[in-house]
Parts: sequence; structure tokens; C-alpha cells
Amino acid sequence: MSILAVTEVLVAQNIAFAIIAVGVVVAGVRLVTTENVVHAALWLVVVLAGIAGLYILLAAEFTAIVQVLVYIGAIVVLFLFGIMLTRARLGEGETVNKKMRAPALVIAVAMFALMAYSLWGYFGSTELEVMGRSTAELGQTTAQVADTLFLTYLIPFEVVSVLLLAALTGAIVLARRD
Amino acid sequence: MSAPFAGSLLVGQTGDPLLFSVDAVAVGIVILKVLVIFALLLVATMFMVWFERKLISDMQNRIGPNLAGPFGILQTLADGIKFFFKEDVIPDKSQRKVFILAPYLAFVPAFLLFAVVPFGGDFNGGNDGMVTIFGRDTYLQLADPPIGVLFILAMSSLAVYGAMLAGWSSGSKYPLLGSVRASAQMVSYEAALGLSAAAVVLVTGTLSTHSMVTSQAGDGPWGVLPNWGILLTLGVPFVIFVIAGTAELNRPPFDLVEAEQELVGGFHTEYSSIRFALFFLAEFMNTITMSAIFVTLFLGGPSGPAFFGPGWMWGVIWFLAKVFIFLFMFVWFRATLPRMRYDQLMDLGWKVLIPLALGWFLVLASLEVADARQWNRWVVGAIAAVVLVGGAALLRKSVRSGAALRAEEVLD
Repeated sequence: MSILAVTEVLVAQNIAFAIIAVGVVVAGVRLVTTENVVHAALWLVVVLAGIAGLYILLAAEFTAIVQVLVYIGAIVVLFLFGIMLTRARLGEGETVNKKMRAPALVIAVAMFALMAYSLWGYFGSTELEVMGRSTAELGQTTAQVADTLFLTYLIPFEVVSVLLLAALTGAIVLARRD
Repeated sequence: MSAPFAGSLLVGQTGDPLLFSVDAVAVGIVILKVLVIFALLLVATMFMVWFERKLISDMQNRIGPNLAGPFGILQTLADGIKFFFKEDVIPDKSQRKVFILAPYLAFVPAFLLFAVVPFGGDFNGGNDGMVTIFGRDTYLQLADPPIGVLFILAMSSLAVYGAMLAGWSSGSKYPLLGSVRASAQMVSYEAALGLSAAAVVLVTGTLSTHSMVTSQAGDGPWGVLPNWGILLTLGVPFVIFVIAGTAELNRPPFDLVEAEQELVGGFHTEYSSIRFALFFLAEFMNTITMSAIFVTLFLGGPSGPAFFGPGWMWGVIWFLAKVFIFLFMFVWFRATLPRMRYDQLMDLGWKVLIPLALGWFLVLASLEVADARQWNRWVVGAIAAVVLVGGAALLRKSVRSGAALRAEEVLD
């Protein structure tokens, strides 16, 4: 039995995962190597869209669509909006600041090591029982997310909301001169 | 969207019964649906362009296109062919790759949006809009993901990329101004759009577009009225959604994006030939899709009584009839309403529509809680309305005092 063919379903899923993962990695590399800020933002869109695709492969549609809605639909749009309003010199390639490359590399490697270590330490070689879940659970993921968020984790959720509100107010206070 | 390869494992899941077991026939039916929707949407867009030109000429006491085909109905086709043969100019100062990519980014979300719209099927007597194609039960809709409404919002937020990148990559000032306006406008009105759609999600209790239509197909208030979202949400979210949807489409009276007097053509000034035609097509296709979404969320989609013949046909007829109302409405807006000023546009979006949509959502939520706890609906509704009016008064006062403060500073 090959590494792909654990079950019939996993073959298709693994092939799709491989294609999307390669696309995400290539886009990620282009994101940090491109010279143009707007092109970098567009490569970021490709990376985020690919990750949304991976969520769909995991049957987590809600997370996937929220990824598209929030990251691609709002955050990168705001990036682009900021770039266009502030530093889009028309007609020439906007060059990226390269002075911070070394610290950025260190931080990236450290983050990767931290996440790999914690994921490996927590899960090890245990197989996740995604396929063992009942069909009702798979069909109801959005309702499950809502229930956990607003019952089990209600207090942390509200605290995060207040934090965001404070950040928003702070931004307005800083940006307004009067 | 619902992980097609996992389909065979998930017997008994919600969603389109076609995908419960995936085989060659099912794949064939899906491909057939894609082709039919693609073709119909293109034809409908061509019709819409003709319809808008003809109707607007009627309203302005002119004749309009009348030479190509009967009633000039082939005018759009003639224009399309002409576009293909025009010279394709890519400006020297443009960002070439992005310039070429932008029209497709405007065009593709317009198509994708229609994938979750139910456009037919018999919703009477517990039929659940099921039709049988080649011996397989399925819905008359390309995909029924459990997060359909969120998909609609996500796609409409992707539409901003086309306008934004087109303007930026043109390497010229008017398109850049147009695209900055477009993106600011679309981002501002998305919140109102989402909050008013959430009101329908609240009363129907589902995010799937198909279940939404099913729940709207039953008997409504007092057994006489239809159980439509527009009545269940008490009208206000519908009005907000129509206004925000019009702004999202950049159609008059919210078409500052391409205000001819100020910005030449807006973000597509530098585009020519078939690339311009793509923007043009996307705009009209978005108009049709947005009308279809109004119908799905607020007017019960394809549900309606069936009289004779197959039930699914009546679903299609009701759907088209309802969509047609909104297409007419959009043209009517364009013919009669003057364009808004930019500060008016932003004031309307941020200071009226978003607070009202949010407040109304809270009122509806309190009514839901009242029903669940068996409190008196009318008392809860009255208290919620009083709170809403009080909040509106406070907001109005703070906006006024803020404006007065700024006016004073200007004088100093």
C-alpha cells in the first residue's frame, strides 16, 4: 500500500493537498522575494486562498469561508488601500525595504521551530480521528463553532471583543489630531 | 463546496442529495449544471444590457437601440463582436501583469456568486425543491454549501479587487482616483450588507441558501401572507440590503466610481477592446446576481404556487418574475435618481445604514429570545423599539456635536 492510499477518500484528498500545498509554498516564496509591494500583497492573497482550500479539504467550510471573508476580503483590501493612498508612485515598480531581511529570517525560523516543536510534542505520531467522527458532527460544524464560542468560551470571546474595541478606539485617538 | 470526495462517507448529511454518493452520473450532472448556468447567465447579461438601454430610452422619451434584430435585441451581440475587433491598448505606464489580470478578477466573482443561488424547483407540499435529472434527485442550484450566505458575502467582498487593481495598474490619475473611491465605497457598504443579511439568517435559522428558501416556502404570518424574509424581518433589513447592494454594485445613484464629469470613466478609463467589455459584462452580470440574491434572501427565491405542468417549471418562472422586479428597479434608479455626493455617500453608509442594521438586528434577536422564553412578544418588541429610538437619538446628538466641533475648529 502506497503512502497515499490509506483509504479511498484519502487518495483524492492527499493529491489535492499536495497540489494546494505546493501552490501555497511557491506563492509564499514569491511573496517575500518580489520587488513590488502590490505584487507582494497579491501573492499574499494566493497564500491565504490556498489555506482556505486546505480548510475545505478538512471539511471545515466555516473556517475556510471566514478566512476568505476576513483575510482576503477585508485585511488585504485594507493593505492595498493603504499602499494606494500613501506610496503608490504610479508607473514604477515600488521597491521593498530589504534592511530587515536578517531579523525577519531569524524570527521566521524561530516561529517555524516553535510551532513544529509544539505540534510534534502534542500530537507526536497519534492519528487524528477525523474520519471517525459521526456524520451529524461533520454536517453541523458551523453550529458547533457557534456553540463552543458562545457557551464554553464566552468569557474569553467577550474579553477579545473588548480588547479589539480598545484597539479601535486607540487607533482613532492616535490618528486624530484634535 | 461540501468536500466532494468525502461525499461517499457522509450519507445522511445535509445539502444536495446528488453528492451523497459520487459517481460518473453525478459528476456529469454537475458539469451539465455548470454549463447551463454559464450559458444562461451570459445570455441573461446580454438581455440585461439591451433591457437597460431600451427601458432608459423609454423613460427619457427616446427610441434607443432599434436596428439590430427585432426591437434592437441583437444590439448587445453586435457591440460584443465589435469589441473583439477593436485594438487592444495596454498603456506604457501600466503594471502589465496586474492590468491584464484585473478584468478577470472583476468577472469571476460575478459568476461564482450565482453558484449558490437556487433558481428553480418545486417547493410546494414538502417537495423541498427536489428535481430528478437522469434518475438522480438534486436541487436546481449548482452548489448548496452549509455556509451559502457567507459565501455570498465573501464573493461580493472579492469583487472589490477588480476595480481596485484595475485603477492602480493603469498608471494614470483618473483611474486611481476612481478605484480609491470604489474600494472605499465597497468596504463601507459591506458591513451594512452583512448585518442585514444576518437578520435573515437569524429569522430563518440557517446559512444555507437552499434551506433558506425552504423555510420561506411555508405559510407565513396569519396564514395568508407568504413566509418571506422581507416580512419576517419586518422590512427594514430588506431596504438596507437593497441600498447597500446598489452601492456594492456601484450603480446609480452610487456610481461615483465612474462619475463621468469628474473622472472620465473611473477605474476602467484606460481599458479598451475586450478587456473593457469584460468590466462591462461583470457589472451587468453582478446586477443580475445581486437581484437573484435579493430574491433568495427576502422574497422566498423560487418558491410559489404551481398551477399546471411540472412543479419545477413554476419554480423557475417565479424566480425569473421576482428577479425581473429588481432588474426593473435598478434601471429605474438609474433613470430617476441623481448621483450622491461623496460625503453624503459615506454619511449614509456609516452613520445611518450600519447603526440601523445593527440596531434592527438586536431588535429581531430580542424577539427571538422572547419567543424562546415565552415572554410577551409585544412588550419585548415595544421595549426594544424604545431602546432603538433612544440609541438613534444619542447617535444623532453625538454626530451633530462632532460636526459642530469641527466647524468651530475650521473657523478658528
